Amino acid sequence: MRPVAALAAIALAWLSATPAPAVELPQETIQIGLSTDRIAITADFTGADLTIFGAIENSDPLLARQGRYDVIVALEGPTRPVVVRRKARVLGMWINVDSETFDNVPSSYSVATTRPWQDMADPEKYRQLSLGANNLHIAPVDTTESPATIAGFVAALRELKQKTGLYSERIGGVQFLSANLFRAKLLLAPDVPVGTHRARAFLFRNGVFIKETSAQLAIYKSGFEQAIYRFAMRHSLWFGIFAVVLAMITGWLGRIIFRKD
Amino acid sequence: MGIYLPIAELSVNIFVLLAMGAAVGFLSGMFGVGGGFLITPLLIFYNIPPAIAVATGANQVIASSFSGALAHFKRGTLDFKLGGMLLVGGVFGSTLGIYVFSLLRAIGQLDLFISLLYVVLLGSVGGMMMVESVNALRQSKGGAAPTLKKPGQHNWIHRLPLKMRFRASKLFVSIIPVLGLGAAIGFLSSIMGVGGGFIMVPALIYLLKVPTNVVIGTSLFQIIFVSAYTTIVHATTNQTVDIVLAFVLMVGGVAGAQYGAKAGQRLRGEQLRALLALLVLAVALRLAFDLFVQPANVYSLSGVDGGHL
Repeated sequence: MRPVAALAAIALAWLSATPAPAVELPQETIQIGLSTDRIAITADFTGADLTIFGAIENSDPLLARQGRYDVIVALEGPTRPVVVRRKARVLGMWINVDSETFDNVPSSYSVATTRPWQDMADPEKYRQLSLGANNLHIAPVDTTESPATIAGFVAALRELKQKTGLYSERIGGVQFLSANLFRAKLLLAPDVPVGTHRARAFLFRNGVFIKETSAQLAIYKSGFEQAIYRFAMRHSLWFGIFAVVLAMITGWLGRIIFRKD
Repeated sequence: MGIYLPIAELSVNIFVLLAMGAAVGFLSGMFGVGGGFLITPLLIFYNIPPAIAVATGANQVIASSFSGALAHFKRGTLDFKLGGMLLVGGVFGSTLGIYVFSLLRAIGQLDLFISLLYVVLLGSVGGMMMVESVNALRQSKGGAAPTLKKPGQHNWIHRLPLKMRFRASKLFVSIIPVLGLGAAIGFLSSIMGVGGGFIMVPALIYLLKVPTNVVIGTSLFQIIFVSAYTTIVHATTNQTVDIVLAFVLMVGGVAGAQYGAKAGQRLRGEQLRALLALLVLAVALRLAFDLFVQPANVYSLSGVDGGHL
């Protein structure tokens, strides 16, 4: 009896120390898939909706049913250096007096979420993940200015990017289609920059960050637009001459077609 | 309907551009100005980057000027000899202007300089034209025939040596002021990114006493070449000529220019000058407004390599 009791006690102790190891689920992961990894910008491009599908793997059915999972999907454009200028009054005129150069500024940033920011996770967490337009890491080249001045320039940069639609967010832009299948709709602005964009998806459970995944998307000009661009860049003198000749022919044809005398 | 501009890298409404081109084309046909001083600010208000607006504006000006000049050529109101002499001066002026342009950019504040130049030049030219044409209108109402060219009344310009006869303009003047005027216009136009018609037209009328009907055709003739030069220089140095944008503007512009030239024929010289003065003053006021009134946002963005005029 004694050895059996001892064994049972050990078993009990072991069980209580790590409760239910057999039913522990593996960590949830998140997957996204783009319907295309290349988007061509054609002459009639006026901005677009980009749909990204994704799935949560190994999700807890109970938590999923209760809506405890949150997903944030962000599309970040290629980074480019940007100069922010500030005007001030000099002799009654408003002129540029001050400027700050920022390296590696995402040229566009579009984000969609399942719920409002404050309902999903802690603001500190977003900052750590540099998630959301306000948490993008934007640092000046010249750091000798006072932090307050730099903060003003950074805030202005974000505000101007938001005004032109290059930085956008859609609360509720991520929707669950089933317990673990979701769809994110992101906004591509009419002047979305060409280049390699990176789509990133973040999974939160009960306000805790679990996992992130990413995929690449190339946005490029389609045949005709690309051909013009390349011609203008590589054979600029001929391009200029061509532009002049085209203008003269248009003027001459316009004269024939619309002549009024 | 949207259209994507390959060089500006953004999408715009094609009908807005067509209307913009037609309106400016109408005015350019009517007054004999290329319309560069109108199209460039209009494009900037429409969120086209300033560097592209300047270069593309110059490109579009060629089409409407060419179209307008053809109309004047057919009517015999184009003085090739005078235009050619102005052009010779213009080439020297433009070359010097491009050099000064890069010098100004190197020391910064090029955009301020350009704005000031616009306000001062447009304001003074427009103001002088306004005063003169209103006086002329008042005189003609009083019964006296309006005469710009008062026989026997010559200014100092007509006493200069190296005289040359310009038959189409019924003019016999020294080539020194003609070359000088061409050079001054070429210089200003390469800095301001305009054809220079709004300076050329009044200068020909008031300084050289060229008859108003010949002035417009001759001015358009000279603008074609100055804008062509500007376009090629911008295309090679900055790659900022957006040919799709220019073409849409041109199509609207050439149609408008023909109607404008027709409308201009129905108006008398001094009426035409008064209207042009009004237009020039309006643009000057608009630019002065930007310069002196607090902007909605004191911050602006641009690329590192300029992108900002």
